[in-house]
Amino acid sequence: MPTKEKRCSDAVERFSAEKKNLRFWNGVRQALPVVLGYIPVGFAYGVLAQKSGLGLFNAVAMSVIVFAGSAQLIGAGLFGAAASPFTLIFTTFVVNLRHLLMSAALAPKLKGWKKWQIAFFGYELTDETFALHTMRMAKRTPPKIETFAVNITAQLSWVISSLFGYLAGGQLADVRPVGLDFALPAMFIALLVPQIIKPVYLMMALLSAGISVTLYLLGFSQSHVITATIVAATIGVGVEQWMKNSPS
Amino acid sequence: MDEKLAFLTICGMGAVTYLPRLLPMLFLSGRTLSPWITRWLNFVPTTVLAALLAPGLLCHEGKLTLNPDNFFLFAAIPTFFVAWRFKSFFGTVATGMGLVALGRYFF
Repeated sequence: MPTKEKRCSDAVERFSAEKKNLRFWNGVRQALPVVLGYIPVGFAYGVLAQKSGLGLFNAVAMSVIVFAGSAQLIGAGLFGAAASPFTLIFTTFVVNLRHLLMSAALAPKLKGWKKWQIAFFGYELTDETFALHTMRMAKRTPPKIETFAVNITAQLSWVISSLFGYLAGGQLADVRPVGLDFALPAMFIALLVPQIIKPVYLMMALLSAGISVTLYLLGFSQSHVITATIVAATIGVGVEQWMKNSPS
Repeated sequence: MDEKLAFLTICGMGAVTYLPRLLPMLFLSGRTLSPWITRWLNFVPTTVLAALLAPGLLCHEGKLTLNPDNFFLFAAIPTFFVAWRFKSFFGTVATGMGLVALGRYFF
């Protein structure tokens, strides 16, 4: 016959386990818009990887190890073109360098996290999870288990859809008629709009867009994002300061 | 390239992707940043998302495409409106995809 204390602590344990469960599924639910965007792109990557001659294991391994949309699409293309390992690694580095800025931007929100938790969180930092976490962490500190559930769900959907894309390979039905290829741009719009909280942010969004498009058209299609981000953010700080100083 | 070398290359690609993702948050998370840096970082989500989005809407196959065949650009306008007016993440994505699908179906 268990003592009263024992029964009580059992109940507390059950309660906290239930709460953890709830938080986990809450995170899974929050990741769904990202999943919706990842399915078509992951699928497209899988198809491309299959056509490029990569083996099934390596194609899926890239989704597990690299986990970066645009870099993997470019990478599959380079494997197909028989590029050297150096070209592949260097191109991936340049294309993904923008995450440096996202990582720095999220850092203040991770105060008090253990090193291994940061190591795990950073592994799954992509454009999409970054934008989602920025939104989630703007006003509150969500439970870590919820945050990890978001990331795990996102990457799992990425890995699974690349696997299916690879297996579908040549017999791919075109995803364009259902507008799935617009899922990522639409998601960027949905993530960008809530960030624009002041007029100066709108100005810098337009400036960054302009710089990005210009560089892209000039052929800098691997460094246009990071360059536009740095230039516009720097000008933004200057404009913000100038507006503060000038009497209005 | 044989599969073993390809796998090693992928590991290298993973390493150069992971380090920029990890190092800033690992070194900055415990520190109090100067207000200037914080203000600069506050701009990053806006500017990085705009920079990621714009070429996809305005360019096609490396060229500026502002003609009526660019469904992405036309679908983006109501999509922006829905994002701003209704603040619904899912509604925004669904609107965008639906409009692109409709545009392709009818034109």
